[in-house]
Amino acid sequence: MASTATKVGSGRNKTFMAILIPVLVIFCAFNTFPLITGFLYSFTDSKGYGAFNIVGLQNYMDMFTDTRILNSYLFTFKVAVVATLLTNVISLMLAIGLSSKIRFKSALRGVYFVPRILGGLVVGYVFSYFFTYIVPAITGTESILASSDWAWVAIVVVLVWQACAQTTIIYITGLSSVPEDVYEAGALDGATGWDKFRYITFPLIMPSVTTNMVLVMKDMLMVFDQIVAMTSGGPAQSTESISYLIYNNGLSGGQFGYQCANAVIFFILIAVVSILQTKFLNSKEEQL
Amino acid sequence: MAKEKVKERANWPVTILLIIGLITIIFPLYMAVVIAFKDPTEMTNDIAGILSLPSHWSLDNFIEAIQVTDFFNSFLNSLIITVVAVVASILIHSLAAYAIGRNMDHKKIFKASYYFIIAGMYVPFAILMMPLVKQTAVMHLDNMVGVMILYIVFYMPMNMMLYTGYLRNIPIALEEAARMDGASTWSTYWKVIFPLMKPMHATVAVITGLAVWNDVMTPLVIMGGQGVNTLPLAQMNFQTAFSTNYNLAFASYLLAMLPMIVFYIVAQKQIIGGVTNGAVK
Repeated sequence: MASTATKVGSGRNKTFMAILIPVLVIFCAFNTFPLITGFLYSFTDSKGYGAFNIVGLQNYMDMFTDTRILNSYLFTFKVAVVATLLTNVISLMLAIGLSSKIRFKSALRGVYFVPRILGGLVVGYVFSYFFTYIVPAITGTESILASSDWAWVAIVVVLVWQACAQTTIIYITGLSSVPEDVYEAGALDGATGWDKFRYITFPLIMPSVTTNMVLVMKDMLMVFDQIVAMTSGGPAQSTESISYLIYNNGLSGGQFGYQCANAVIFFILIAVVSILQTKFLNSKEEQL
Repeated sequence: MAKEKVKERANWPVTILLIIGLITIIFPLYMAVVIAFKDPTEMTNDIAGILSLPSHWSLDNFIEAIQVTDFFNSFLNSLIITVVAVVASILIHSLAAYAIGRNMDHKKIFKASYYFIIAGMYVPFAILMMPLVKQTAVMHLDNMVGVMILYIVFYMPMNMMLYTGYLRNIPIALEEAARMDGASTWSTYWKVIFPLMKPMHATVAVITGLAVWNDVMTPLVIMGGQGVNTLPLAQMNFQTAFSTNYNLAFASYLLAMLPMIVFYIVAQKQIIGGVTNGAVK
């Protein structure tokens, strides 16, 4: 059996290649290939069916003067930024509360996590009813879902309600990794309350802040389910997110090629935002 | 009570604040429950009429919702898609991560493959969606099988990262011992490495399972309008067709949420642990 050593070595490589190749093939077939076709379609006037012409960069140029597209970017970023910040502030406060010496700790943590397991669509339907019937009955005003100025607020509320669950749990994990003796040392220096949080806790949980900011922002930028459930982009197209507009006009509005161009820009933006955010927040992380 | 005194004093003000805060979580669910159990005639336009407990708890809305949304079929479809996607993800992604993770430090092609697949995390579904509608139609995959394949591809980047990260903590000496005994790489993987990655399998199962179960967009664009529904799709179709009967609608929403809530009650620890692991790693 002396010669088997080299045989095993090459057999090992063969096995690894035999695993890698099919995986790459299926990944390329359903991820890389459609990505490339989408990119190519973005230079055409395809309606999604029938013949089409190559129009060069026309779609990209048209986008910059298309108020519907510009508004969808404005709406999506407004919602994403506000919802990301709110989610993180609320979650951090919740996490600090849920990490302190409270009673019913695991029960409380368990219930605060529930929104994470529910689907965005059904939650959207429930909140849609809440904003259409319950809130107006209390305030005596018109539903904010019917107002093109305020409907976005309702979307933010739903998004934050759901996103806080996971964000809180990640902050709880971050807080539990701060060693107790750091606080003790801080207490000797007289750090209490806000100072303790600002100068000791916060710098030490910066890795969790990075994770949460990036994860939540990326999810928020891709918002779709809640829009479908609550507003269908209305009223007066005021709540059309980028994903919703691409879905709606690209698949049933005869703008296949044009929305492919939109999707290419969207893809680049998501990548740039995620990378910038990670870089910026990583530079603020402190080492113990 | 004697035991209580030994423990550190509980922070009651914070406990009470957190309990009050629970209203934000429980209220929407409470609203769904009371409306779902009520007869439409009990719904008056004032808030008391909407939010009061039903005068008698009736299951009629649920029975009707089950029929109207074809609940059991949609449930079964969702279940099949989720189970297949989760099991396939665990088997395929862990195996792929093993091949890549064990070679990426000294072989360029594996390292390149790793970053190539990981980069897929930045690709939003919105850009793949339109070409995929055409592609799956041509390939006769505009059905549940196609949706399952897409999930296996979409969650590959994330799961690949989780598995390769975890593999770094499994000493290579374990495999070498098995190899000395004459086991092939293939059987070493399934007998030694795969069982050792159990904690990561749980994480992958939870994250992939939650995402797939609740996903709307993929089944909507790939197999929408063909009469085959997942649970979220059934809710969407129902909404367009019968949106005026809110009691029926809420019964249907509750039915759609129920399986996940039951699952959460049974496996709360694993679910929270899985979500946390997946995000922090």
